[in-house]
Amino acid sequence: MALRLRLDKPWRPLTAEEATRLPGQLGVYQVADSVGTIVFIGEAGARSPFGLRSELQREARERRPGHQFRVEVNQQYRTRWFELLMVHKADHGSLPADNAKNPPPSLGRLSPS
Amino acid sequence: MDFEPSSEQQMLIDQVRRYVREEIIPLEAKLDPDAAELDPADQARLVEKTKAMGLYGIDIPREFGGPDIDIVTRVLLAIEMAQHRAGLYVPCYGTFGGAGLAQIFEANEDQKERYLYPTLRGEKKPFFGLTEPSGGSDPARAIQTKAERKDNGWVLNGAKIFISGADRAQYGIVFARTDASKGRAGITCFIIDADTPGFHVRRVVHTLRSSSYATELEFKDCWVSDHQVLGEVNKGFAVANDRLTRQRIPYAAGCIGIAIAAHEMAVEWAKMRSTFGEKLANRQAIQWMLVDNEIDIRTARHFTLEAAEKARRGLPFRTEAAIAKLTASEGGGRVVDRAMQIHGGMGMTKDLPLERWYREMRIRRVGEGPSEVQRMVIAREILGSNLR
Repeated sequence: MALRLRLDKPWRPLTAEEATRLPGQLGVYQVADSVGTIVFIGEAGARSPFGLRSELQREARERRPGHQFRVEVNQQYRTRWFELLMVHKADHGSLPADNAKNPPPSLGRLSPS
Repeated sequence: MDFEPSSEQQMLIDQVRRYVREEIIPLEAKLDPDAAELDPADQARLVEKTKAMGLYGIDIPREFGGPDIDIVTRVLLAIEMAQHRAGLYVPCYGTFGGAGLAQIFEANEDQKERYLYPTLRGEKKPFFGLTEPSGGSDPARAIQTKAERKDNGWVLNGAKIFISGADRAQYGIVFARTDASKGRAGITCFIIDADTPGFHVRRVVHTLRSSSYATELEFKDCWVSDHQVLGEVNKGFAVANDRLTRQRIPYAAGCIGIAIAAHEMAVEWAKMRSTFGEKLANRQAIQWMLVDNEIDIRTARHFTLEAAEKARRGLPFRTEAAIAKLTASEGGGRVVDRAMQIHGGMGMTKDLPLERWYREMRIRRVGEGPSEVQRMVIAREILGSNLR
C-alpha cells in the first residue's frame, strides 16, 4: 500500500516558541504564508544539529511574522523531500516560490493519480 | 587462475584509489550523509579530471569512443570506485560517466541515432523497466504488462515497480508481453519515450536506500510504433536475461569495495580503541570478527574475478556470476555488520558511513536477483539444466 503522498497536517504558527517544541529528529517540512500558500519545502538532514527543531528555528528567525509550518518526522528525508517537491510541481505546475529560486539540480517529474 | 593485477591494472587501480581518496571523500565530508549527488560545479570539475585520466565513459565500448576496459580490469576498478560513503549505488557520483543501458548498443541504426548517441553525449538518460508488482525474481512469468497490435504499432497497458530514474529519464527500455501463450518466448523489448501519451510515473517508492528512490510506472493505452521495438518481437527476454547475468559481476564488485572500506575502518578502530585497559585489537572476539571479514572479502573477490575472467574469455559465466553475486552481497553485508559491531555506538550513527552501507548492502541481497535465485541458478548447474 502506498504511503500518504501529501502533507496534510494542520498548520502551526512559525514562531521561535513553536519551533522550540519540535523534536530534534530528521524529516521534512513545509512553510506557508498566512493564507496557506506553500512557499518552501525543506528537509532536516543529518547535518542539522537538532534536526527539524534547528531548521524551523532558523526559518522562524529568517522569515517575516505570519508564516506557518508543518513537519513530518522521516528518516528518509532525502527521498521524501524530492517526492514532496515533485508532487507540489505536479499539483501546482511549479515549485514553491522559495524552492524555485534554488531548485535541486535534477528534479524528476511525477503524475500522481 | 591468477588474479594478481598486472602492472598496467595496478597503475589504473592506484590512479582510481587516489582519485577516490583525494577528490571524492573530502567532498563527502560536506554533503548530507544520504546525498547521492555532488554540487554541479564539483561534478563538472571532476568529470574533466576523469577525462584527463582517460577513464571517462568507462563502460562504453571502444567502437563508440570508450576507453576499452576489459571486464576483469573493470571489476578491479569498480572495487576501488565503491570505497566511499555513496559508493555502493553511486560510485564516484557518476563522474566516470555512464554508458546507458547495455541493450541499447544492440539497437538498429535509427534507434542508435535517436537514443544511443544522445545518451553517450549525456543528452538523454534512460531507465530500465523490467520488474512488475507481480514480481521481479521470475520476470519471464511475472511480466503482465501487455503490448497488443494496433494501428501499425503496439499499445502497452500495465505497471512497473522499483524502477530507478524513470522520473528523470527521457526514455526507457520496457519489457512487455506480446504473446500470452508463449511464456518467456512471448516477451518483447520496447523503447518508450518519457513523453509518450499514456506513460506515467505514478509515485515514488521509498526504500532502505534513502539517498535515492525508485518509482512506480503506469502504461495506460500507451501507443508506440514498430520503430520502438528493440531487437525482435517475442525475443525480449533474452535481452533482459543477458543484461541481468552480465550486471551481476560489477554488482558484486561494488559490494566488495564497500566491504573493504568497512573492514579497513574496523581494523583502524580496533587498533585505536581501548576498553577495560586493552586495545580492541588484542581481544580474540574482535580478532575473529576481523578474520571472518578478511575471509568474506577474499572469497567474494576470488569468485567475482573468476566470473569476470570467464566472461572476458568468452566462456559461459552464468553460474560463476551467480556465485559472485551471492558471495559478495551476503559476505559484504556480514562485513559491514561486523564493522558496526566493532565500532559500537559510533557505528550506528550517521557520523560514519557504516549505517548507510548497512542499509544499502541489505538491498544487494535482493537487487539484481535475490540470493535464492542465485542459488537456484547454481543448483541447476549442479543438478542439470532440465531442473525447473
